[in-house]
Amino acid sequence: MSVLSFTSVSVRFGGNTPAVNGVSLEVKPGEIFGIVGESGSGKSTLANAVMGLLPGTAQVAGSIAVNGREVLGLDEPSLRQIRGAEVAMIFQDASASLDPTWSVGDQIAETIRAHGPVRSAEAKARAIALMEEVGIPDAPRRYSDVPHRFSGGMRQRIVIAAAVANNPKLLIADEPTTALDVTLQAQVLALIDRLRRSHGTTVLLITHDLGVVAQVCDRVGVMYGGKLLEVASASDLFARPSHPYTRALLAANPAGAPRGSRLPVIPSEWSVESLPAAEASNG
Amino acid sequence: MADLLRVENLCKSYPAGGPPWDRRRVMALDGISLSVQRGKTLGLVGESGSGKSTLGRCVLGLTEASGGQVIFDGTPVQGLTGRALSDFRRRVQPVFQDPFGSLDPRWPVGRSVREALDCFRIGTAATRDGQVLDLFNRVGLDPALACRFPSALSGGQRQRVAIAAALASEPELIIADEPVSALDMSVQAQILNLFMDLQADLGVASLFITHDLGVVNHVSDDIAVLSRGKLVELGQTDQVMRHPSHAYTRSLLAANPTLVKGEPHAHRTD
Amino acid sequence: MSRLRSTNAMILAGLAVLALLGVIAVAAPWIAPYDPEALDVMGVMGPPSLAHPFGLDVLGRDVLSRVLYSLRVSLLVSISAVAVATLLAVPLGLLAGYFGRWVDTAISRALDMMLVLPAMLMAITLIAILGPGSAVATLAIAMIYLPILARVMRTSTLVVTGLDYVAGSRARGASHLRVLVSHVAPNALGPVVVQASVLSAFALQLEAGLSFLGLGTQPPTPSLGGMLADGRDVLIQAPWVEIFPGLAIVIAVLAFTLLGEGLRRVFDPRGVAE
Repeated sequence: MSVLSFTSVSVRFGGNTPAVNGVSLEVKPGEIFGIVGESGSGKSTLANAVMGLLPGTAQVAGSIAVNGREVLGLDEPSLRQIRGAEVAMIFQDASASLDPTWSVGDQIAETIRAHGPVRSAEAKARAIALMEEVGIPDAPRRYSDVPHRFSGGMRQRIVIAAAVANNPKLLIADEPTTALDVTLQAQVLALIDRLRRSHGTTVLLITHDLGVVAQVCDRVGVMYGGKLLEVASASDLFARPSHPYTRALLAANPAGAPRGSRLPVIPSEWSVESLPAAEASNG
Repeated sequence: MADLLRVENLCKSYPAGGPPWDRRRVMALDGISLSVQRGKTLGLVGESGSGKSTLGRCVLGLTEASGGQVIFDGTPVQGLTGRALSDFRRRVQPVFQDPFGSLDPRWPVGRSVREALDCFRIGTAATRDGQVLDLFNRVGLDPALACRFPSALSGGQRQRVAIAAALASEPELIIADEPVSALDMSVQAQILNLFMDLQADLGVASLFITHDLGVVNHVSDDIAVLSRGKLVELGQTDQVMRHPSHAYTRSLLAANPTLVKGEPHAHRTD
Repeated sequence: MSRLRSTNAMILAGLAVLALLGVIAVAAPWIAPYDPEALDVMGVMGPPSLAHPFGLDVLGRDVLSRVLYSLRVSLLVSISAVAVATLLAVPLGLLAGYFGRWVDTAISRALDMMLVLPAMLMAITLIAILGPGSAVATLAIAMIYLPILARVMRTSTLVVTGLDYVAGSRARGASHLRVLVSHVAPNALGPVVVQASVLSAFALQLEAGLSFLGLGTQPPTPSLGGMLADGRDVLIQAPWVEIFPGLAIVIAVLAFTLLGEGLRRVFDPRGVAE
C-alpha cells in the first residue's frame, strides 16, 4: 500500500486555468519523492492540498489518500489529527514556523504533547533527544534558547525535529533548503535523508532545484503548468529524460554546459513566462 | 592588459552592539584586493554574509568603505565630486538581484530606463524616447512594454528592463549582484545568454556577484572567493574550479549539487 | 475579494460622511435656522420641538444652529492642525530616514524631546504662553502630532531607501534631491497618509477637549467642546444640550476612523495579501 496517493487531483482557484490539473501519483513507503517544477507549476498547491491548507476559494477534485485514508473533504478536527501525527510539513522559511518568543525546546515538546498524553518531563527529555538527533550541539543547554539565538540552518534543523517528533509516516518538505547557503543545504538534505532511514518516514520533497533532486531523491515527478509531465527514478531522469520540457530544463542548467556557450533556451511553449500570470504566484 | 577596476586592500566595518565605550566592530570586508580587466568578467562567489554584496556597493560608491581604495581606470573613486563623480557613475552601472525591488513600482518601466539618459544628459529630449525603444530591442523586449508598470511584467522581463536601464549610459563596467538568483531556471538561461551576448557585442566588463557556482563557472573569466569578509581564493576560473587551493573553496565545491545522481562532483578533488 | 470590497466601502463611507459634514460646516450660515449666538430668554432649556429640533441651551440658544456652526470650527481646527503637522513632518522624516547619520540623530532626538511631553500638558503650556483661541489650539495640536507623523515618515523612508531602485537611481546619475522627490517620497508617503487620517479623529477629540477646558475656541463662538462644557451642569434637566454636540463628535470621529482604517488596509501589504 502506498503512503500517499493522488488520483486525478485537480485544484482550481476560480479562474479558467487549473493550478493543478489531473495529477495521479503513488508515493511508496520510505522513499524520498521529489516534485520539481518552476513558478506556477502547481507543486506547492499539490503539497498544500494534502494538508488541507488551501484557501477556502480552492475547488479540489479527485482523491488524495494518506495511508489508504481519503483526506479530501475531511473536517477540521480530523485534519488536525492527521497533521503532525501522520503527516508533518516543513516550509522554506524556518523562522516563520517558530514562535519567536518561545524557547525552541518547549516548541518541540509542545508538538509531542499535542498528540498524546505525555508527562512534561518526558516530553522535555524526548525534545532534547530529538535536538541531538538533528545535530544541535549542546542540546540540553540550548533547549531554553529562543529561535533568534540560532542560525538559519540550525533553525531549519529545529523545525525538522519538531516535524518528526511524533514519527509521522509522511513528511512534506516544501523548498526546505531554498533559503540556505549551499553548504548548509547539503547538511540539511543529508539530515532529511538520515531521518527517513532511522524513522522510516516517507518524504515528499517540493523543490525548484534539480540539484536538490539529484542529491537526495529516489524518484522524481516533473510538473509544469499544473500537469505532472513525467515520473522517473532520479538517476533515469538525469540520464534519460523522456519529456521535452525535462530535457530543456536540464539543458538550461549552466552547470552542465561548456563555459561561455549559449545556454539552450526552453521553447516558448514550455516557458514559465507563457503561463497565465494569476497561476504563476506560488513560488 | 590594463585593469579597468582595481580594488586595493578594501575594508568595511560596521558597529555591532556593545556599550558605547566598548563598541565592537564587525569586519564586513577585510583587506580585499582584486581587479577586473576591460571586457572581462570576474565572478565573485561567497555565501550569505560573506561581504560580496557590500563589495559591490562599495565599488559603486553607494556604501562608503572604511579603508583601502577603489580605482577605476586609473583614478581613485573616493572623493570624486561633481562632473568626475557623474562621469564615473555613467561608466559603472549596477544590475540587482530582485527584479521586484530594482524598479520603482510607480513608474512605467520605460521611464526607469529613460532616467539614466535624462540624468546623464545623453542625447536630446527628443531623441531619448527613441533611444529607450532601441534599448528595449537590444535586451530582447517588446518596446510596447515600455509604458507598462513593473507589476505587469514577469520576473524575466523586469530583469531585462533593469539591464536595459544599466546599459542606457553605455557603461564600461557592470556590477551584477545576483542578477539571476531570483529567476526560474528557464528564465535564468535566457538572462545569462543576454549577459554573454552583450559582453561580446559591447565589450562591457563585469563584476558578477553570485552564490551559485554553476552560474559563475559558466560566465566568468576569473573567480574570486569571499568568506566572512576575506578573499580566500582568486584565480582563473578553470584553475579555481579544478584545483581549488583553499579549504573553504573545496567545501563549497563539494556541497554544490551536480545533476549526476550518485556520482561524485566532477570538480571535487580528494 | 470580499475584504477588498469592504475596504473600499469603509473608505467610501468615511469620505461620504466627511464630505457631508464638510458641506454642513461650510454652509452653516445659510442652513442654520437661527443665529447661534442669539439668546431666547423665554425659551431657556426648551426641549426639542418643531421650531428647535435639537432644543435650546441654558442661555436659550438654538442647539441645532450651534452644532452646525461648531462643526465648522472643529473640522477646520482638526484638519488644519493635522495638515500643518504633516507638512512639517514629511520633509523632516524624509531627511532623517534618507540621509541617516548625524542628520537622523539630530532630527530624531529633537522629535523625541517633543514626544516625551504629555500631549495635553504640552498643549496647555503652549496656550498658557500664547493665550487661548482656535489658532493657538491648531498650533498646539499640530505640535503634538508632528513627532508622531515624522517618525512614521522616517520609518517608511528607511524601508524605501534600502530598496534597489533607489540605489539604482543614484547609480543612474540622479541627484539626492531627484531621488528624494521622484522615488523615495512618493513610495514612502502611504503610511503617513493613513496615520494622518487616523490622527484627524484624535485631533477633533483633542480640540473638543481643549475647548471643554476653555482653552480652545473662545465663547461666544460655538464649539463642540464648549457646548459639552455648557451642558454638563444641566445633564439631567436638559440632556439635549449635551447629547447633540456629543453625537456630532462621535459621527465625525467615526468617519475619520473609517477612512483611516480603510486606507491602512489599502497601504498595508499584509492586509491586501489576505
